[in-house]
Amino acid sequence: MKSLTDRIKEGKILVSDGAWGTFLHERGLKAGECPELWNVTHRDEVLAIARSYINAGADMILTNSFGGSPIKLEHYGLKDRAAELNQAAAEISRQAAGSDHYVLGNIGPTGVMLMMGQVSEQEMYKGFRIQAEALKKGGADVICIETMTAIDEALLAVRAAKENTDLEVICSFTFEKTAQGDYRTMMGVTPYEMVRAIKNTGADIIGTNCGNGFDQMIGIVEDIRRIDSSTPILVHANAGIPLIEEGETIFPETPEMMASKVKDLINCGANIIGGCCGTTPAHIQALVKEIRKY
Amino acid sequence: MSELIEKIAYCIERGKVNKSSPFPNDMKDEPGADELTKQAVEEGIGPDLILKACNEGMQKVGDKFGRNEVFVPELLMAAKAMNAVMEHLKPFFAAGNIKVKGKFILGTVAGDLHDIGKNLVSMVVEGNGWQVIDLGVDVKTEKFVNAIKENPGCVVGLSALLTTTMINMEKTVSAIKTECPGVKIIVGGAPVTMEAAKKMGADSYSPDPQGAVTFLNKAIGIG
Repeated sequence: MKSLTDRIKEGKILVSDGAWGTFLHERGLKAGECPELWNVTHRDEVLAIARSYINAGADMILTNSFGGSPIKLEHYGLKDRAAELNQAAAEISRQAAGSDHYVLGNIGPTGVMLMMGQVSEQEMYKGFRIQAEALKKGGADVICIETMTAIDEALLAVRAAKENTDLEVICSFTFEKTAQGDYRTMMGVTPYEMVRAIKNTGADIIGTNCGNGFDQMIGIVEDIRRIDSSTPILVHANAGIPLIEEGETIFPETPEMMASKVKDLINCGANIIGGCCGTTPAHIQALVKEIRKY
Repeated sequence: MSELIEKIAYCIERGKVNKSSPFPNDMKDEPGADELTKQAVEEGIGPDLILKACNEGMQKVGDKFGRNEVFVPELLMAAKAMNAVMEHLKPFFAAGNIKVKGKFILGTVAGDLHDIGKNLVSMVVEGNGWQVIDLGVDVKTEKFVNAIKENPGCVVGLSALLTTTMINMEKTVSAIKTECPGVKIIVGGAPVTMEAAKKMGADSYSPDPQGAVTFLNKAIGIG
């Protein structure tokens, strides 16, 4: 397979997958259970999720390893199984993806802050290294670092992936619109600051994920493109802000609503489009249908 | 208010912990909350006056956070500066010279391991003069109920980051309301809204820590 960046250079708009976390819960993962442990205890369920996105027409799928850092796994007493669980995650997605779809090894934030001295840089780097190496071993084509809010943590993750594997690296941040109307992460990072920091570390693709639905993603991509016209951009949007109805969590944006915004997203410069929390294979199918027009 | 006290309050607002702290950039090498409070105590300035000024400093940074003028790092540094002040005031609390406003029981609901938001609320509320009883993350309903029964007159805060655990938040709220009628509950977290809060039977919702302070002070008739 050609690299993701080569495909994008050819002018191709690629489709990524949808939610994993919310999908796992739909399939029976209880709140408080470790999602990554399902890679060994409920392998078939995880495989079914991966397959559903391939069947929906996605060009690439992620892996069930978002919370797979040793620091996060420690909450469940599974710190020592980080390599095993990440490798299993990649193997499952590889099986579903076959040889003609990409597997994006997913790495999420550790949940602790360097600036508060909760963890050392060395320990955090080591955790990301374990994840990146295991994901590659399990068959990932790309490392996809997501939902970052702090520059220091993101840089360590990118470095750990770049220095210990030969895979392409995506680094994606989560922004929210402020009262002033600009976009910032929880830690106050702007899209501009993200691009400047991440590109210097050698990430191949930059991104924005989670957040408050598709509309805001357009604004964030526009901000990135104002200062960087060439680096490929990945967008994984939530299906809007969740609502509780009759004891069930409902995401308001339908597949049709999402698909209707694809044109604007491509026009402002997105290269890979997929979903985050609350998006389903139906959302991805609708995106595929729309994106194939380009 | 004396100049010294004003300076301490400003250190809280800006997150200037001590002289050696490099944050914030424009206050480098200046004395911080630590040194100034020590000096104030030595000069015999009333601990209640120091505490009140710090509460106001914390209020200012909390308000700025609510208006998205500063972000998590600035708030964390302010809380760190507040901790430095509290170290010097501890003996006065122990001796009963100054008192906390009340008790706030706080925790992230069952099934949810996220603590960043909860910790921010904890620090800002503490900085406003409350005693915070932090039950941690993945807190089962029973643990909340027991803590409430052990601390009569307390106010309760629940946090959830995941949409999947917002359901547990609802269960906990309704159990607390049944078993401990009259106890006031505020909820917060990324997926929570005022509408969701009302629906689950909570008394209030806040998108930011300062909103929790406003709610708490109202609950005891201040502000």
